[in-house]
Amino acid sequence: MGKTYYPKAWLMVLPVVAIVSFSAIVPLMTVINYSVQDIFGPESRYFVGMEWFREILSDPDILGAFRRQFLFSFAVLAIEIPLGIAIALCMPRKGPWVSVLLILLALPLLVPWNVVGTIWQIFARPDIGLAGITINGLGIDYNYTGDSIDAWVTVLAMDVWHWTSLAVLLCYAGLQAIPDAYYQAARIDGASRWAIFRYIELPKMRGVLMIAILLRFMDSFKIFAEPFVLTGGGPGTSTTFLSQYLTTMAVGQFDLGPAAAFSLIYFLVILLVSYVFYQVINNLGKGVG
Amino acid sequence: MAKIELRNLAHSYGGNPSGPEDYALRRMDHVWEDGGAYALLGPSGCGKTTLLNIISGLVQPSEGQVLFDGQEVNALPTERRNVAQVFQFPVLYDTMSVYDNLAFPLRNRRVPEDRVRERVEEIATMLDLGDVLKRRAVNLGADAKQKISVGRGLVRSDVAAVLFDEPLTVIDPHLKWRLRRKLKEIHERLKLTLVYVTHDQTEALTFADRIVVMSEGEVVQLGTPQELFERPAHTFVGYFIGSPGMNFLDCELDGDAAVVDGHRIPLSDEVLTASREAEGRLEIGVRPEFLELTGESGDGLPVEVQFVEDRGTHRLVKARAANNELFVKLRDDQPVPGDRARLRFPPEWTLLYADSRLVR
Repeated sequence: MGKTYYPKAWLMVLPVVAIVSFSAIVPLMTVINYSVQDIFGPESRYFVGMEWFREILSDPDILGAFRRQFLFSFAVLAIEIPLGIAIALCMPRKGPWVSVLLILLALPLLVPWNVVGTIWQIFARPDIGLAGITINGLGIDYNYTGDSIDAWVTVLAMDVWHWTSLAVLLCYAGLQAIPDAYYQAARIDGASRWAIFRYIELPKMRGVLMIAILLRFMDSFKIFAEPFVLTGGGPGTSTTFLSQYLTTMAVGQFDLGPAAAFSLIYFLVILLVSYVFYQVINNLGKGVG
Repeated sequence: MAKIELRNLAHSYGGNPSGPEDYALRRMDHVWEDGGAYALLGPSGCGKTTLLNIISGLVQPSEGQVLFDGQEVNALPTERRNVAQVFQFPVLYDTMSVYDNLAFPLRNRRVPEDRVRERVEEIATMLDLGDVLKRRAVNLGADAKQKISVGRGLVRSDVAAVLFDEPLTVIDPHLKWRLRRKLKEIHERLKLTLVYVTHDQTEALTFADRIVVMSEGEVVQLGTPQELFERPAHTFVGYFIGSPGMNFLDCELDGDAAVVDGHRIPLSDEVLTASREAEGRLEIGVRPEFLELTGESGDGLPVEVQFVEDRGTHRLVKARAANNELFVKLRDDQPVPGDRARLRFPPEWTLLYADSRLVR
C-alpha cells in the first residue's frame, strides 16, 4: 500500500508543539543562553564560551556533591527495589486484606515532600523523637544534627520510608498480571520457589521494574525538599545534595551563568544514566535468537 | 502411562454444598484406560477444566478419589503425580532458550545433564523443534511455543498422562490442523494417556477415541464419536454434537408409535420395549442426516419447507410441522421438494427420550 501525504496533518500537531515549546524548549534555550554568557545587567553581557562549564567541573565542592548524589541514588535503588519486590511477593494476591494493605502502602506517597521532612525531623530527634530516643536507648550514639553519617543515614531512611511503597505498588501490579497458568505449569515442572521467582516472576516484572528504577533514580537524584527541611544540608555539607547546591547558586547568589551551566550538566547526567538503565534492563534476558 | 480412575468423584468450590446445583462437578464414576485419547467436551462453565485440574492435582476434589493405576493420588501434589498439562495459551520461561525450556522439568528433578540432553533432543526431533533449540522461546510463533509447552510435558520419561486444556485456542486456524495431527502422531507413538479439554466438537471428534461430554458439571455421555452421533444418551449431546444438532419433538406414546401433533410415527421394537418404563416428558429425537423428505403425496409427517440452504456437499432444509421446527440434511443428488412436503422418520434412527435422557 502506498502512503498518502497530507500536509494539513501537521496542523494537528501544532498545539503540542506550541505547548512543549513554552514548557520545555524555550526555557531550555534560555538556560543554554545563560550558560555561555557572563551577565551583569540587561545591557552588559559577555560571551564566555565554555568557561562556566569548566569552572563547575573543576569545583571540588560540586564534584563532591555529585559523588554524594550518586552514592545516595544507588543506595536508594539498592534498598528500595529489592525491598519493594520482597514486600510485593509477600502480599496476598486476593482477599479482603489486599485493599487495606494497598491503602496503607499508598499513605506515605500522599504526604507532601516538606511534610515528610518535618515528620522525620521530629521523629529522629534524640531528645523528643521516638526513633531518636529508641536508637539512643539501644546504646547507639545517634544524633543526626551533629554527626554527618547519622544525618546521611537518616535522609536515606526517610527516602526509603517515603518511596518504597511506589516500588511495592508497581511490583504488585506486575505480579498480579501473571496468569495462574504460569504458576500451575511451574508446579507441574517441579520448579522450586526460587526458580519460580527467577524464571517467571522476575522476567514478567521487567517492565514495571524498569519504571520503578527509572522513577526512583530520577527522583532521588533530584531530591531537595526532604533533606532541606530535615538537615538543611548539614552538618557541614554532608547532606547537601545537588539540587540544594544549585538553588543556592541560582537563587541565593544570583550566579546565573554558572548555575545555568550546572543545571545543564545536571540534566545531561540524569538523561545519560536513565538511558543506560533503560538499555541495560531492556536487553537483560533478551539475548540473540 | 496410567489408567485413570475416578471413584465417586465430586467437587464443590463452596464449603457446604446443599444441593446438586452447588457442585461444580457432580458425582461421577469412570475408568479411563491406559493409552486412550479422551476428549472432555462441553460448553464453557460445564466443569471440564475443573475435572482436568482435579486429575492433575491443581484442585483437590471435595469428595471421592482419583486413582492412577489403582493407586490413590488424592494426597499427592501436582509435581509428584507425573502428569503433564498444556494450557490454553503457551506457558514459557521467557528468559530461557528452547533447549532450557525443555530441559527445565528434568533439571528440577536433578536428572544428570547427559540424560537431559538425550531426552531433550529426542523430544525436539519428535516435535520438529530441532533447529530452533538454541533460540529464545519468546521469539517464536504461537504454534512453536505451544509445541514447547507440550514438549515440556513429554520430556519426562515417567509421565503418566498428558492433559490438554484447550491447547489450540490461540493457534491460527491453518496451523491448528497441523498441531492436532502432531499430537495425534505423538499419541500413537508414545501410547500415552491423553486427556483433551475442548468446547469444539470437531477438535474432540478428530482427536479422541472416546469423548466425555459434559454439561452443568455432569458427564452426560462417554463414548466413541460414532456412539455420540448415532445414540446420544442425552438431548444435550444430541444438540451439541452435529451441525445442526439433533431434532427433538415432544410426543406421546400410543401403542407401537409416538404421536406428534396427531401424527403417528412408528418406533422400532427396541425402543418400544424400553419405552414401557419411560416416565416424564417424552420426546423423540432424530438426526437431520437420517430424516427422509418426500413429496406431498407421501405418508410422513406433513411439513412446510421454510428454506433450503445449499452447503456445497449437501442441502440443509428447515421444515416446520405444526409446533416444531426441524432440520433435514439432503444429499446433493436428492430432489428438493416444494413448499409442502412430508417427513419420514426411519424407525431405526428414531430414538425416544424421557426427561432429556435416552430411553434404552
